[in-house]
Amino acid sequence: MHQDTSPAPSAPPLLSVEGLSVEFMHRKGALKAIHDVSFSLAPGEILGVVGESGAGKSLTGSAISGLLEAPGRISAGQIFFNGRRIDNLSEADRRQLRGRKISCIFQDPLTSLNPVLTIGEQLTETLRAHLPLNAQQARQRALALMAEVGISSAEQRLDQYPHQFSGGMRQRIIIALALCVEPELIIADEPTTALDVSVQAQVLSLLKRLCKQHRAAVMLITHDMGVIAEICDRVAVMYAGRLIEIGPVQQVVMQPQHPYTRGLMASIPSLTERRPRLAQIDGAMPRLNQLPDGCAFHPRCVKRTAHCSTQQPALDVSGLSRVACLNL
Amino acid sequence: MSEFSNPQIQAPSLWARARQRLAAFLDSDFIYRFWQSKITVLAFIWTVVLLVAGLFSHWTAPYAIFDASSFDLMDSELPPSWMTGGETRFLLGSDVQGRDLLSLMLYGLNISLIVGLISVTLSLVLGTLLGVLSGYLGGLVDTLIMRFADAMLSIPTIMFSLLISGVARGLLPKDSQAMMAMPIIVLSITLTGWMQYARTIRRLTILEKNKEYVLASKISGGRNLHIMFRHILPNVLSPISVLATLHLGLAILTEATLSFLGVGMPPDQPSLGTLINEGNQYLFSGQWWVVLFPALVLVTLSLSFNILGDWLRDVLNPKLR
Amino acid sequence: MNTAKQHEPEGLPTPIVPASRHALMEVQDLHIRFDVASPGLSGLFKRQKKAVLQAVRGISFTVYQGETFSLVGESGCGKSTVARALAGLYTPSEGSIHHAGRPLTGDSTASGRGIQMIFQDPYASLNPRWRIERIIAEPLILQNRVGNTRQARPQVAAALRQVGLGEADMFRFPHEFSGGQRQRISIARALVTQPDFLICDEPTSALDVSVQAQVLNLMSDLQDNLGLTYFFISHNMSVVAHCSDRVGVMYLGRIVELGPVEEIFRHPGHPYTRMLIDAIPKIGAQPGDRQPISGDVPSPLSPPAGCAFHPRCPLASELCRLEAPPVSRLSEQHHIECHHPAAVARPHLQVLTAIHQGEDQ
Repeated sequence: MHQDTSPAPSAPPLLSVEGLSVEFMHRKGALKAIHDVSFSLAPGEILGVVGESGAGKSLTGSAISGLLEAPGRISAGQIFFNGRRIDNLSEADRRQLRGRKISCIFQDPLTSLNPVLTIGEQLTETLRAHLPLNAQQARQRALALMAEVGISSAEQRLDQYPHQFSGGMRQRIIIALALCVEPELIIADEPTTALDVSVQAQVLSLLKRLCKQHRAAVMLITHDMGVIAEICDRVAVMYAGRLIEIGPVQQVVMQPQHPYTRGLMASIPSLTERRPRLAQIDGAMPRLNQLPDGCAFHPRCVKRTAHCSTQQPALDVSGLSRVACLNL
Repeated sequence: MSEFSNPQIQAPSLWARARQRLAAFLDSDFIYRFWQSKITVLAFIWTVVLLVAGLFSHWTAPYAIFDASSFDLMDSELPPSWMTGGETRFLLGSDVQGRDLLSLMLYGLNISLIVGLISVTLSLVLGTLLGVLSGYLGGLVDTLIMRFADAMLSIPTIMFSLLISGVARGLLPKDSQAMMAMPIIVLSITLTGWMQYARTIRRLTILEKNKEYVLASKISGGRNLHIMFRHILPNVLSPISVLATLHLGLAILTEATLSFLGVGMPPDQPSLGTLINEGNQYLFSGQWWVVLFPALVLVTLSLSFNILGDWLRDVLNPKLR
Repeated sequence: MNTAKQHEPEGLPTPIVPASRHALMEVQDLHIRFDVASPGLSGLFKRQKKAVLQAVRGISFTVYQGETFSLVGESGCGKSTVARALAGLYTPSEGSIHHAGRPLTGDSTASGRGIQMIFQDPYASLNPRWRIERIIAEPLILQNRVGNTRQARPQVAAALRQVGLGEADMFRFPHEFSGGQRQRISIARALVTQPDFLICDEPTSALDVSVQAQVLNLMSDLQDNLGLTYFFISHNMSVVAHCSDRVGVMYLGRIVELGPVEEIFRHPGHPYTRMLIDAIPKIGAQPGDRQPISGDVPSPLSPPAGCAFHPRCPLASELCRLEAPPVSRLSEQHHIECHHPAAVARPHLQVLTAIHQGEDQ
């Protein structure tokens, strides 16, 4: 497996996913949800994983963070973190890794925080679980973190309950929680989808700034291309459980090569140009149990040819990106 | 002129729709998990056996115990057939009046089941109606119904039944009391059982009534009655099967308790509880079979309903899927 | 017997001329308040101070026939409440709503007057126990235009064709369809009684981007072919910029800016509008172009005094804290509510600089 060219080509990758496949065991057989996904993440890099619902991006995040639950399971492939294999760890090892080196941020700020504990208690609990601090030191750290994420009068607010904060502030606290143990990788699954537009902008810029500061790599999973364009360095596009395009964000967003990515970008209403009709991709993403032969996108593709229905395209280098299309 | 622009399209017939639904059901996770759980299958089989034996006791019982000429005091107090002194005529023995215990039990089961099924059905209907009304209309109606439910819940079932029974005895003339015994028991069990349904249905109704399909119907002109019974009701019925199954087990036990205490079914229409009561009086003279066998049937019947109800609740719970 | 002749697709007359200035829906000084004190007897006994949620605090606007009028704003601004009031689901606490000259109150049947609505959540807007044919036929039955579902079949079939679905789909259940298809079914249900005014409450917010494009295109086609008037609610500025003719920006129950779509996006007058436009992640912009905005959306239970936006406004002054702002006209069609209308800076990006003409082929 060779990596695509990234800003720091000499540094070994922080995360390396090779040939990952995830399937769900059903009484009628196994349903493959992710097929043969490979990519890598450099230290401190922000990678966006974008796709529509059902494309498999959240599952990829779950598989990497070890939160994949039965009946889902990793059926093939390997995941390496700092050179060490992590997809076949025991539950205890995985839990340790998850708290300390890999952190997760989820979509719903309401359910990510325990409603019966104060924010201070939750922060200090997490801090002391992973770092050798006493109660006083932990509280000081927590105060510093609150200030870092921009919550004013942190001293009083530390003793308040989650319901006393707004959605945007809760999400900021969650970012604080995720960063407090200085992880090397943060997996953020739709972190701003549930927030208002004005708050979304604040939270995104905060996330980007803090991650660069703490040198944490981020895997940002979202369906919103605008968010990707905002803060990511590289972006991976998923469709029907496969990775179909991956490359630097400027290239993928401004000059997409895969017909699906092209169609996706063209169908976003633009603020700078007003057209009477949006470009649309006819049809819908196929269900996992009704995948067509060959390229999963070919029934909807304007550039399809005869061999698209028989051959599975591989991710090949094309310019600065890698694209899975037979007709480039 | 065809209803469709394409004459190939046919509306599926009622029969085709029913067949489609049956096929989907048999193939579903529900049936699969049913076969997976051995104890549930066992409980189900036993329930079916008892239901058939009890509801059709007229045909399944070897003797017609209501016919006074069919029994003979000379046959009284005979032990079960496999013991010394027992006769094959009376498979499980006979009682103090010479009646065959097996037949008595089957008739008793019949009464227990009928009382149980009718009370549960009435509770269900009453509770669902009140739950939908309460949840959908809200405000004063909701407050009244729910506070009434709270009040009813705070009264123990047996006490309430004793109360009803006492009042009925006071009001009714002596000769119709025996006839009214069953309706009175059904009434007490119904009045003390509807609250569970009402509360659960109400909660689900409140969830459903804010959904957009209800709003769409309102905008199109749907009136309250139409929305409550055509839109909301079909969508809130899912927990009923669980509640009713569990309630059936409880109702049968309740009736047995009342009959045991002497305020239930009269001795000439004995239910399982009455039998246990009778047998209890002769327990210390050594005739254990009159108590044991009806009790076993009662316990296993109730247990089976509980097992089925619990299994249903697990299977139908979307969060556990 | 073979009906081979292709009959004219229903509902597709020749495209109509551009929107006339005939006012279809007029809203005057609308206030909607909700009592959110403890319900029932406990409220009585606690003798609580009455807690009133002022969802809509005095708005006025007109929707003209054939146009798409959008209300945009964030959560808690009251746009959904306005939509429901226009659908006849709420009675105004103050002010009035007139549809085609006749007043609209909370108990009138909107559908009988040619008003219909489509909703945000495709999974909750169709009764999961009903077949599609019954769902689409329901408005016709409730309006007494047909006797039962069977008799409505030709119209249901036509409605399904109109939204790009197959006629045989009417015998299936909602769970057999995807989110985008369900929205189409909702549109079919809304159009079956041939309304002239369609309220769209965030119809594409729950859909993927490519599905959204399909649905928005469908709605645009239907508007051209059927002469519909759309009242569109959204929190997504890009969608609003794409499909609206006129836009109103709402904040905490008031319309802070209202005008034609090009003017709103090219020369936003109100600081909040500028903030919203700024906050949209723009594809192709250099990172770092944007200035993050301060503060969170306040709760509608306790709106700030004076101008509701003053806690977050970069132009806020003492006057803004004390007095509600007056209406300032920036042009004939475009007005804002602000104490400092002159202090408008040029926006960072040139938005809507290119508008493709040629909506009528």
